[in-house]
Amino acid sequence: MIGGFMGCGSPHGLIDELVRQGKKDLTVIANDTARPGVGIGKLISAKLVKKVVASHIGTNPETQAQMIAGSLEVDLVPQGTLAERVRAAGFGLGAIVTPTGVGTVVEDGKRTIDIDGRTFLVELPISADFALVNAKRADYRGNLSYAFTARNFNPLIAMAAEVVIAEAEDIVPVGAIDPDSVVTPHVVVDYLVPQEKKNG
Amino acid sequence: MDDKTLIARRVALELKDGDLVNLGIGLPTMVAQYLPPGIDVSFQSENGIVGMQALPAGVSPSADLTDAGGAPIGALPGAFAFDSAMSFGLIRGGHLDITVLGGLQVDELGQLANWMVPGKMVPGMGGAMDLVSGAKRVIVAMTHTAKGAPKILKRCTLPLTSIRSVDLIVTEMAVIRTTPEGLVLSEVAPGVSVDQVLAATQAHLIVPDDVSVMAVAA
Repeated sequence: MIGGFMGCGSPHGLIDELVRQGKKDLTVIANDTARPGVGIGKLISAKLVKKVVASHIGTNPETQAQMIAGSLEVDLVPQGTLAERVRAAGFGLGAIVTPTGVGTVVEDGKRTIDIDGRTFLVELPISADFALVNAKRADYRGNLSYAFTARNFNPLIAMAAEVVIAEAEDIVPVGAIDPDSVVTPHVVVDYLVPQEKKNG
Repeated sequence: MDDKTLIARRVALELKDGDLVNLGIGLPTMVAQYLPPGIDVSFQSENGIVGMQALPAGVSPSADLTDAGGAPIGALPGAFAFDSAMSFGLIRGGHLDITVLGGLQVDELGQLANWMVPGKMVPGMGGAMDLVSGAKRVIVAMTHTAKGAPKILKRCTLPLTSIRSVDLIVTEMAVIRTTPEGLVLSEVAPGVSVDQVLAATQAHLIVPDDVSVMAVAA
């Protein structure tokens, strides 16, 4: 799982390191694959990904080209459903039920349930081996806070993976982040990596 | 006035004071430019903010503040940011008053198809399925035809975005309401006749006696 929305709020240093190490045959669960050369798009361009679970790939022609060529499997999930499936995994729920996708191709192969006269899709949790999270600030224990729309899927994936690696723009002393401002608690963060400062 | 501007200006008249509104990328985003004066509307971007505005002139863009297309935006005083679960809680939970989306096809049942063309274009649905399923009011803002071919059809041939009927279709030729009886032609654009609209539409349109001329926001 990788945080970010069109590259905003993606852990760019961790992505660059995956490319440098050539970690291949990855399954990437994320909102989107950004654009070629941007964020998760770098993993696609480097042909390191065998499967993508995402809500949108339209801004990255390389994702579509690899999908059509058959070298990349793409599982498209409505964005709100993706968020809730990830949340369900992290929050210990066996499934979520949602009206989104009922009667569309998203329903194919899924169970439905009628509750009070409305039909819902039963959507299963999505978890991962690793969550690569981007945060604005972290303290040395791993408490995380986020900035604006860079938050997106980051707090959700931080709850839903075996190993959580957080990359933070600023790492500050314990206590410097107000408890009310901590969005992801340190208890779920396994590793903390400083974001490389760009000069200029 | 070009077609997209005309559509955006007409859609802008649908927004009411106090509304929470989500505008899709592209043409729908233009609607914000034509908000009638005195109307206080909150715009949501589904990547995680309510209270977005176009990046003000002279303000440097922040890498942490973008719209759902990844373009830099600004945040108004009183804006609030949240994660993707909260964002779609607002959308699905009945808190979003209006969503304005583009469309590839709409049919006589008011059903929208706007997220893929099998074999040709598979961008993914992004937030569109949740938006159409969850928003209180769904407005489709699109050109009336594509390369001369009607987009308002008897039945969508492309995969549906939702089985829920949209509420209003605004094109450069007409404003069409969805009703239990079918699609109703309620307005025609200035200089466009009812017959021209019918000729450019495959779906059956109910034509009342009082089809008015489309008003647009300044």
